[in-house]
Amino acid sequence: MNDHLRHLYREMLRIRRFEERCVELYSATKIRGFLHLCIGEEAVAVGVMAALDPDDRVASTYREHGHALARGVPIRSVMAEMYGKMEGCSRGRGGSMHLFDTSVGLYGGNAIVAGGLPLTIGMGLADRLTGRPIVNVALFGDGALAEGEFHESMNLAALWNLPVLFACENNRYAMGTALSKTHAETDLAARAAGYGMPAETVDGMDVVAVEEATRRAVDSIRAGEGPRFIEFLTYRFRAHSMYDPDRYRESTEVEEWKERDPIARLAEQLIDDGVIDQESIDAIEAEIERELDDAVEFAEAGTLEPVEDLTRFVLTEVPT
Amino acid sequence: MTAQPTTQPATTRTTGHTGTPDTTKIAVDGAPASTGTMTYREAMRAALREALTDDDRVFLMGEDVGSYGGCFAVSLGLLEEFGPDRIRDTPLSESGFVGAGIGAAMVGMRPIVEIMTVNFSLLALDQIMNNAATLQHMSGGQIQVPIVIRMTTGAGRQLAAQHSHSLEGWFAHIPGIKVIAPATADDARWMLREALADPDPVLLFEHGSLYNVKGEVGATPEIPGIERAAIRRPGRDVSIITYGGTLRTCLDAADLLADQGIDAEVIDLRSLRPLDDATIMASVGRTHRAVIVDEGWRSGSISAEISARITEQAFYALDAPVGRVCSEEVPVPYAQHLEAATLPSVDKIVKAVHEAMEP
Ligand SMILES: Cc1ncc(C[n+]2csc(CCOP(=O)(O)OP(=O)(O)O)c2C)c(N)n1
Ligand SMILES: [Mg+2]
Repeated sequence: MNDHLRHLYREMLRIRRFEERCVELYSATKIRGFLHLCIGEEAVAVGVMAALDPDDRVASTYREHGHALARGVPIRSVMAEMYGKMEGCSRGRGGSMHLFDTSVGLYGGNAIVAGGLPLTIGMGLADRLTGRPIVNVALFGDGALAEGEFHESMNLAALWNLPVLFACENNRYAMGTALSKTHAETDLAARAAGYGMPAETVDGMDVVAVEEATRRAVDSIRAGEGPRFIEFLTYRFRAHSMYDPDRYRESTEVEEWKERDPIARLAEQLIDDGVIDQESIDAIEAEIERELDDAVEFAEAGTLEPVEDLTRFVLTEVPT
Repeated sequence: MTAQPTTQPATTRTTGHTGTPDTTKIAVDGAPASTGTMTYREAMRAALREALTDDDRVFLMGEDVGSYGGCFAVSLGLLEEFGPDRIRDTPLSESGFVGAGIGAAMVGMRPIVEIMTVNFSLLALDQIMNNAATLQHMSGGQIQVPIVIRMTTGAGRQLAAQHSHSLEGWFAHIPGIKVIAPATADDARWMLREALADPDPVLLFEHGSLYNVKGEVGATPEIPGIERAAIRRPGRDVSIITYGGTLRTCLDAADLLADQGIDAEVIDLRSLRPLDDATIMASVGRTHRAVIVDEGWRSGSISAEISARITEQAFYALDAPVGRVCSEEVPVPYAQHLEAATLPSVDKIVKAVHEAMEP
């Protein structure tokens, strides 16, 4: 158990440090395009992934660095993708918003709000038809609940009793728009009732709570009891993207949420309980630092795909 | 038969979603034949049946494909034969179930998704464009989407401006998908099978006027390969290039032109993406004249694309400007005479050919 808690802590810290490094690299113009950080939301990524089996599948959003890392996409290949290099997990064709690694069941990175949800319906349908005990997890933000694809997917999943977990990261904002300005019912879990789907709301700043709730849901889904919805209450500490001047919320609100930082909170608890000490925290930090240095080095040394290959991967290459 | 509005033949079920009372008889075939003379509808059904029988990964999904029998009665009887898991009725959720088909294809299934008409595919455009067409590329080649999406297209049945358009040319704009339009019973029978064998997303367009048209279906495809155009009528004087619902109109026009001493070649594109440039250019190289007939609108259309390619690749072979016969630039109207005036017709094609012959 203590090992597991230390593991959760390390995973969250690794995502945090990865993204902080990405910010530096962005300023250094090594990384371009949109960059959406999940800093503050790491407990959801780590807690959800900790509860999944290796064969389970995940379809995520453009704010998915944490999901990818926690799911086991090698940090080197994620970093190389940020650099647009061939060694990247999407060969440099996806970038930050489109991380793919089917070998660990990561089916993207999707930059269309709610666009990945119907895919999980189809994957779940395929699993049901073939009798595979796989759980398909759709990760999406609060903004997705306003999209038609969300409602269509919830209905289909419930109607066909599919092995799909709807995991909503409610960080209270869709870009600059507060939840209450766009949703008539802001209790998002309550919305699942309209589809007859069991739902719960969980403290998304508490990695242990996230993992427990996910495990409960995943167990019941795997047992054939149909889809579930979980609303994780969380908060992004940083702006929506590198372009966002963050004008739409009070800094006091941000500061209040930072009090609940999932990483600091777990560290405090683990130290109090004697599970970890400052020395081992420092050691973890140093390890992660080395891992990141290595990932950056790997990405820097990576290859740019030859322009002759520009039009590859549009259609399947049939060997001639 | 031409693309002129026709009265509903007795074997056609009217499109249920239009609310038209369904007073006509439904043709239910007894012992289903898979070769010989049959309607386009029966040929497509035979293709579906074969696909479902041969490959466990195949299933058909869409609005009213099951209990209702398909809004154009294409899948009639298949629910009884294959059961509700494989002939899957969906809610009115075009984006949801097209996306579900894509998801299932990503993990090893071979879904056939039916969208009632191309007009409703606009609600699923996000999934087709942003997922089906891009996933392989965005994932650096990790993901394949072997899905077939079937839909009806075209006018001619007085269904007005939300059920009559020919938007397949729009889809042909998109890299990452293939767009095919079987125009004959034989192609209906065989192109679906080849589309299913294709590792990439294929959009298959069925012109609504074709379902009751009878044709010969052979034991093997008359034209193998979904990417090849077919010369449906060889000729020396002019190349009439078309596809889908206007093929018959063009063949009728060619018969009339023959009486006038003009020997027209009629090319059935079969595939709008990719386009079979080689067949088109070889034909234009022989006839030195081209008229493109497309039920889509003229502006920014597939006919514009073909015309551009001819000027790029066969400019010096031309003896006359490339002619085009397209739909008038108007949402397809309801009134029969207005609808007829909107669409390509034998008269319009003959006129365009005359202009090409005497520029
Ligand atoms: C269909 C669609 N509409 C709009 C956008 C632009 N957009 C990108 S992120 C975003 C906000 C989404 O908010 P939410 O779902 O809460 O996720 P979060 O960014 O908070 O993680 C918007 C509007 C988009 N990418 N896709
Ligand atoms: Mg949000």
